[in-house]
Amino acid sequence: MITFDSVTKSFTDGTTAVESLSLEISSRTTTVIVGSSGCGKTTILRMINRMVDATSGTIRIDDEDISTLNPVALRRRIGYVMQNSGLLPHRTVLDNVATVPLLNGDTKKVARQRARELLDTVGLDQALALRYPSQLSGGQQQRVGVARGLAANPNILLMDEPFGAVDPLVRTELQNELQRIQRDLAKTIVFVTHDIEEAFQLGDQVVILREGGHIAQSGSPADIMSAPADDFVASFIGADRAKRTLHTRVLNGRTVVLDEHGTPAGLLKEVPSGGMDLR
Amino acid sequence: MEWIFANAENIWRLTRDHFALSLPPIVLGLVFSLPLGWLAHRYRWSRGALLTVSGLLYTIPSLPLFVILPVLIGTKILDPINVVIALTLYAVALLLRTVTEAFDSVSPEVRQSSLAVGFSPLQRVTRVELPLALPIVVAGLRVVSASTVSLVSVGSLIGVSSLGDLFTSGFQRDFPTEIMVGIGGTILIAGLLDLLIVLGGRWCTPWMRPARS
Repeated sequence: MITFDSVTKSFTDGTTAVESLSLEISSRTTTVIVGSSGCGKTTILRMINRMVDATSGTIRIDDEDISTLNPVALRRRIGYVMQNSGLLPHRTVLDNVATVPLLNGDTKKVARQRARELLDTVGLDQALALRYPSQLSGGQQQRVGVARGLAANPNILLMDEPFGAVDPLVRTELQNELQRIQRDLAKTIVFVTHDIEEAFQLGDQVVILREGGHIAQSGSPADIMSAPADDFVASFIGADRAKRTLHTRVLNGRTVVLDEHGTPAGLLKEVPSGGMDLR
Repeated sequence: MEWIFANAENIWRLTRDHFALSLPPIVLGLVFSLPLGWLAHRYRWSRGALLTVSGLLYTIPSLPLFVILPVLIGTKILDPINVVIALTLYAVALLLRTVTEAFDSVSPEVRQSSLAVGFSPLQRVTRVELPLALPIVVAGLRVVSASTVSLVSVGSLIGVSSLGDLFTSGFQRDFPTEIMVGIGGTILIAGLLDLLIVLGGRWCTPWMRPARS
């Protein structure tokens, strides 16, 4: 579990990115932090691996205060995936994935073997192993980024808008892939995005932020969708937009669900309570 | 032509001397510029100072510098070390700005990501920033190499022998062949060193090569 206890981050220029944030992130689940740009979400993520140090308050990982830990050692046991992959352009795909195991002191052979396994995990062709990042597509680069994040077998995986820069088709593919990987590996994933759809799809817990890193609402996607805390949340998740409102009409004895344009979106089927879990 | 054959041994000796005088300043220039250039890149306070001093250094004409150095550092006036030191200073002066800009050119994204995955501060410099700065450093080193090879000739005016001897003697005797041989030899050395630097650079930066696919 990752715990933020009244954490504040102010920068030397006087701006406060995060103010008195308290948050609990459960182990082995996906928590998505979502908000507009400049709301402090990346800062929150980077405080977990001490790329950014909190000005005040404490952050604990499983009851261990991270300010007492060596930052470099801490980063090596936490996976990190960033937008535009952040791969090292001068290293091959295989060596990029092997980076952290090598830093942790594994031999080249062991690290590369591990890297090869991870290419399979993230669905990358082994034929790409000896290419350089610039020779891959954006989607492939992001997969390599995810593989690198998983390479040291960390308990925690931090993801900073990892799918923000790829086209919508590839993004959907990567999101599905991440869900599949998470079902197998059950990591503690902290995922940052500005895309509420993505947040609802991936998150077990969704944390909606407003300016200054203040939590507007936090809960499961179903909780937030069914009971937005206030107008800000309602407008952020688009609950007040026609987009999320579906209509039904009975045709030939069956209930057809229509979207905002009147296009049939599917058939309505009653689910007995307890028959299907709300996410 | 006859003159060339008659003096082949002497020409070959001067070519070797010339080469031997060119190589150390280029290598030492690189060795000193890398840490200094990194400092100038990393710390604002050092940037202005280092780049200004190195810029001024390059404006000192080479001949007076060759003559003054022995006085300043107490070496013998005919010692080739004076030429090596002076040319190393020029090499650093030329290369420092390039190295600084080469380090500046490493993308912030890659820096962030190397921090995030757990490279220590020293490892970030040696394993990430330095290799990524190399292509630009190599380009700068080629300029330094050409400039050094031509400046070595000036050393013959203070009695440090090199292919420059052929220029002075050719002028004194009004004998163009000797001058042409000197120029040819200098170009040959410059070309050879340039080739070595290009090949070495390519070997060090395999990711810059076009895809094999």
